[in-house]
Amino acid sequence: MDRFARLLTDLIYTRARNGKLALLADYLRDVPDPDRGWALAGLTGEIDFPAIKAGIVRALIQERVDPVLFALSRDFVGDTAETVSLMWPAPTGPVRGAPGVSEAVALLASASRGTAKAVLAGLLDRLDEDGRFALLKLATGELRIGVSARLAKTAFAQAFGVALDEVEELWHAMRPPYAELFAWATGAAPKPDISMVPVFRPFMLANPLEDEVIDLKEYAAEWKWDGIRIQIVSAGGATRLFSRGGEDITESFPDVAEAFDHEGVLDGELLVRGTHQGGGAASFNALQQRLGRKTVPGSLLTAYPAFVRLYDILLDGADDLRRLPWSARRARLEGIAQRLDRSSFDISALIEAETFEALAELRAQARETDIEGVMLKRRDSAYEPGRKAGLWFKWKREPLTADCVLMYAQRGSGKRSSLYSDYTFGCWTAPEAEGGVLLPVGKAYSGFSDEELKWLDSFVRKQTTGRFGPVREVEKSLVLEVAFDAVNPSTRHKSGIAMRFPRISRIRRDKPANEADLIETLRRMTAAGAKAGDASKPQPN
Amino acid sequence: MPTGPETPRWIKAEREGLHLPTIGWWIDPSRAVANALVTHGHADHARGGHGEVWATAATRDIIDLRYGKPPGGGDVAYGECIEIGDSITATFLPAGHVLGSAQILLERQGERIIVTGDYKRRPDPTCAPFTPAPCDILITEATFALPIFTHPPIEREIARLRAGRDANPDRTILVGAYALGKAQRVIAELRRSGYHETIWLHGAMTAMCDLYQRHGVALGPLAPVSETPRGDLKGQIVICPPSALNSVWARRLPDPVNAVASGWMRVRQRAVQSNVELPLIISDHCDWNELTATILEVAPQETWITHGREDALLHWCAMRQIRARALDLVGREDEDEAA
Ligand SMILES: [Zn+2]
Ligand SMILES: [Zn+2]
Repeated sequence: MDRFARLLTDLIYTRARNGKLALLADYLRDVPDPDRGWALAGLTGEIDFPAIKAGIVRALIQERVDPVLFALSRDFVGDTAETVSLMWPAPTGPVRGAPGVSEAVALLASASRGTAKAVLAGLLDRLDEDGRFALLKLATGELRIGVSARLAKTAFAQAFGVALDEVEELWHAMRPPYAELFAWATGAAPKPDISMVPVFRPFMLANPLEDEVIDLKEYAAEWKWDGIRIQIVSAGGATRLFSRGGEDITESFPDVAEAFDHEGVLDGELLVRGTHQGGGAASFNALQQRLGRKTVPGSLLTAYPAFVRLYDILLDGADDLRRLPWSARRARLEGIAQRLDRSSFDISALIEAETFEALAELRAQARETDIEGVMLKRRDSAYEPGRKAGLWFKWKREPLTADCVLMYAQRGSGKRSSLYSDYTFGCWTAPEAEGGVLLPVGKAYSGFSDEELKWLDSFVRKQTTGRFGPVREVEKSLVLEVAFDAVNPSTRHKSGIAMRFPRISRIRRDKPANEADLIETLRRMTAAGAKAGDASKPQPN
Repeated sequence: MPTGPETPRWIKAEREGLHLPTIGWWIDPSRAVANALVTHGHADHARGGHGEVWATAATRDIIDLRYGKPPGGGDVAYGECIEIGDSITATFLPAGHVLGSAQILLERQGERIIVTGDYKRRPDPTCAPFTPAPCDILITEATFALPIFTHPPIEREIARLRAGRDANPDRTILVGAYALGKAQRVIAELRRSGYHETIWLHGAMTAMCDLYQRHGVALGPLAPVSETPRGDLKGQIVICPPSALNSVWARRLPDPVNAVASGWMRVRQRAVQSNVELPLIISDHCDWNELTATILEVAPQETWITHGREDALLHWCAMRQIRARALDLVGREDEDEAA
């Protein structure tokens, strides 16, 4: 635990991304199995001890120290685990030496509701302050220390000189403490065969179209559907549905999963039947009724029937098609789509337009029909994970919207004074993978429903990482789609820009924070928007 | 709250400081007054503009350096007792906080009141150690009065500073430390650990270090950063005020490692917020255990708490049937934050 505790402490005090990567890579190389695997699971949030909850930790400390002194200390520190690690009284009797990560994990995993406090106390007695901090963070699954799962995997790839894409792909087939993954990365074993396991593959993503004029001989156009991007994977007789971040959402959409009967990996948009979006699907709000459910009542299945509009194919059976050009994949997809259940699957139709101008015309008309925009895909492009420049574009309709990351929240005024309802959000200075950081671009306190406000408020409370007077800093993990009229230069924001009339248009729980927009994109979007002459039209909310 | 003796009428806690109304004198007042007793030279206790200032010689020198010479008053040695009127005497006792820092023991007709000012109980090579004395009312500071604050041994923190330096031969180790007290203590402790190389100073540090040396505190070889080619500062220890850490001045140093020497560094969130890479938990105040132990040791009939996190100490006193009250003084901040 000492080495893991030191890693966490060093990570907390290291700002630079490269510094964090080096610390992680050293740890993963130096520490033997299975400790390093459990540590990695902790850092990537893939470890869960059902019996150990934050409430148990609070109950435990209040048995050991004066509850009033604990409450005052907790208020000052702003974090329960850290407060407990600093206040934990020295054990009175002799104790065994500090436990290793694996021993701690085994003990925590064996704890029941009845024994949880005793198990935790026994471990805390054997650790120093840093060790207690690390243990509590690991035990409660709240390792929010500025290391994303993506960063941890990048460090893994760096530590052993393997490709990040390969790590990502194998990752989803592995379980902590990832013995096979380490064996492969260290060269001790061949690459694990995952062809019979339904695992997530990283998505190919689009960049916003800015000033470019696109040659439609080189690019195919499709409508941009307003649902959630989904990957359907069927292998070894099992079908799984994954959202953008690789989160398994099969439980929420059993109807779709059951209807899929083709081995392979498909990419599409999950939608609900309806008459919005040019008559093609229901609005995003309808889809929201189906999101985040562990079980789905039959009434919802009929009221909000879900289906997938297919975009692409990655694997056909075990046949990996990702290196083929888009046009070849599209032909394969069309063939397969015909054989799938029509009520649950259709194919995203191509837009017939001779010229870019004609397409612009169609896109302008689409504004009335409530279609989100147009996608442009290079006909000869392979299926590249991530957001490679020049291959896929999204050409959203006005008003301007941007995907931002929630950074700070503040209580509102009046009847909202008990809720965190003022949100400051930011965009990236550069892609996160290139060391970009988030800087605030605006502040909004409207655009959400009462339901969403309640949800946001509880998100803020649960994900607080710092307090500055009335302001709470939150874990930078929640993407908010923000609609706005223009971007103005600003001296108040470090980003140098501020949105005009921003409002939260949607909570994008399905979208990972590193896929939020760049500040540069915002700047260019508004320049393009202003040229188009409709950027300042306010949108009803 | 248990009942006890009446609060003496010859001392009053006002927003601006402790007041002796029968003679119009003040202790550590936050506004200019005619007659002031001053515990030590930090800005939240000492200020300019007073008529008479009674303090230790070192404290009066510090006031002279920062605000100019006060027109009246005089030096009071540790253990010396002065009469200030209405049968009130003031005795200055070492507080162990910074050079010249004193507790002020006020006596009148057998009643004894101690104003600790800021104090600590750990040995410090740059100042005389805290001397506990019996009293009826103890007026104590409470800067670190939460049980999360237990300061580690300074030797451990100095070892971490030196390890940080050894691990970064190409970077300057830039230590943010308050110019009065903390800076000199860090230097003196570095020397005690066997570090004899030149320690480099931000311009705001030099005068105070000279003053310490004039008062007999050996600090070893020091040199100003301003007269040194920046490249020569790789792998060197530079001391600056905490406010200079993220300044334009600091950016000219070779890739500085930001360190801060402060009791607040015990809390990670605090350290991270101030952009600290190497937090050093070094405080010139008592930690929680030392504050509570001092109250038990001095065993006053009543404890007045000022200057920090009064709530926790009040609660602790209440749980032990110790009479206590919190004073609401303005302008009192910990110097680490005030800097
Ligand atoms: Zn002080
Ligand atoms: Zn003070």
